Amino acid sequence: MSLDAAMPRATAPAILPGSGGLRGALSDLFWRRPQFLLLLMLLPPVLWLGIVYIGSLFALLLQSFFSIDEFSGLINRQFTLKTYGDLLQAANLDIILRTVTMAALVTLAAAVIAFPIAYYAARYARGRWKALFYLGVMLPLWSSYLVKIYAWKLILAKEGILTWLLAKLHLLWLLDAWLSLPVVGGNSLSVSSTGTFIVFVYVWLPFMILPVQAALERVPGNLVEASSDLGASPGQTFRNVLFPLALPGIVAGSIFTFSLTLGDYIIPQIIGTSRLFIGQAVYSQQGTAGNIPLAAAFTVVPIVIMGFYLWGAKRMGAFDAL
Amino acid sequence: MRSDRGPSAPIGLKLAATGGLLFLHLPILLIFVYAFTTEEKSFVWPPPGLTTQWFAVTWNRPDVWQALSLSVRVAAISTAIALVLGTLCAAAVSRTKFFGRETISLLVILPIALPGIITGIALRSAFALAEIPFSFWTIVLGHATFCVVVVYNNAVARFRRTSGSMIEASMDLGADGFQTFRHVVLPNIATALLAGGMLAFALSFDEVIVTTFTAGQQQTVPIWMLEELIRPRQRPVTNVVAMVVVLVTLLPILVAYYLTRDGDQIAGSGK
Repeated sequence: MSLDAAMPRATAPAILPGSGGLRGALSDLFWRRPQFLLLLMLLPPVLWLGIVYIGSLFALLLQSFFSIDEFSGLINRQFTLKTYGDLLQAANLDIILRTVTMAALVTLAAAVIAFPIAYYAARYARGRWKALFYLGVMLPLWSSYLVKIYAWKLILAKEGILTWLLAKLHLLWLLDAWLSLPVVGGNSLSVSSTGTFIVFVYVWLPFMILPVQAALERVPGNLVEASSDLGASPGQTFRNVLFPLALPGIVAGSIFTFSLTLGDYIIPQIIGTSRLFIGQAVYSQQGTAGNIPLAAAFTVVPIVIMGFYLWGAKRMGAFDAL
Repeated sequence: MRSDRGPSAPIGLKLAATGGLLFLHLPILLIFVYAFTTEEKSFVWPPPGLTTQWFAVTWNRPDVWQALSLSVRVAAISTAIALVLGTLCAAAVSRTKFFGRETISLLVILPIALPGIITGIALRSAFALAEIPFSFWTIVLGHATFCVVVVYNNAVARFRRTSGSMIEASMDLGADGFQTFRHVVLPNIATALLAGGMLAFALSFDEVIVTTFTAGQQQTVPIWMLEELIRPRQRPVTNVVAMVVVLVTLLPILVAYYLTRDGDQIAGSGK
């Protein structure tokens, strides 16, 4: 910029002639006033996201303070807390509790399954194997969400491959015993809470693997060596060295698994019981019931829960692992 | 022993890692088998016989073609919008430090960080408040919003690796801003944009949660599949469509991976 100011275009011997006209004027303006260019670049995305997205979020929040007229089914556009009162009915609290429990269990299971994959990929896989592991996580992550659910519908169906496999292994009695249990059981796995749980874990697993792997890759190898030099058993090294250092990664992954489970309404609808989850409640309130205010109030629940969750995660240093 | 080969893994870890990867991949492979099954009424395993007739049946289904056409049009336009917005935002954020820079990154990431149902119901209630009827453009509005982040992530990573002195050199040699963009900046970020665009296309093509809130009566491919999942009418056609969807979303991911694999951040790690 100082160069430009010291040697105005007219006197400086340019290698290419200036293009002149409006284009040249604009180009010069951008060069002299970078803030103007910055503003011009930022304006479209900020306007789009600000109006479409943040605007919609405000519309949502606003709707949750409206109420529905029970007789006419029309939305009453007056400020009220009545909708939030409706939210606190026992049936709705049940839905919230069920969803949060499921989210916690799914997060736990995803962490347990993800850890060995992430650990192997970060510590032992080299060269081509590393690429293979990476694609091995990335492809399922990006594969169609509905197709993944559909695949599990095929697997868990009464006549499907899992029943066939268990029959071959003479383990059908185990499946029947499990299905006869209350809460987790049901007619077949595809209409039981166990089925919902398995599919949730499957679909969100890659979201857990990636941050855990990233966290483990940052652990210097000589820390592990030092630990065993000082006489720690592999178990002790894991508990006292590796696990604490991988924890931010696990917490970062759990943000995804937890939040995604809280908001999902398609998996429990296709594979699961008729007991509702938060997402399903939102969907049916806005759709068949036409009660957008209650649907909006319901969505505020996962936002608040995730707010607390993110606050806790930040304190544990999870954001550095993202 | 070669020094680049580390110690070998304990057997238990190998088994757990392999098992985990199989758990991730086998269900998807199963879809490919079911596309050829002769069984129409149930999901019976093993398939009683194999046939390719369902491909012909699917080919002649107008509803599948309509859904596919809508999905492709929505994905193409959303990707185009996301490419422009994402690149502009990435250029602004990586070029300069300014007040509110962190807020801008957060704003871009938010639509994908919050559960899809929140984005969906938020758009739905905004449409209801503003009394906007559902149309092709309401779907695009939602899709473009969450596609910006994938383009942005790829472009930011590339801008970070591109040296600013190249732009200065171009200017010193007398190129104006537009020439510099056309001949210096664009060739440098082209593959990152292509990768980001591919991922955005795949993301939009596959999106169902937000779409159910913004589509009204229109059917994209995922909505068509969702209907079939809830009320199965023709299972063999669904099997074939599922297989095609896997292939259609897989190819862009592989291409995006190969375009950006030598970079510091590989495309797709931030879905």
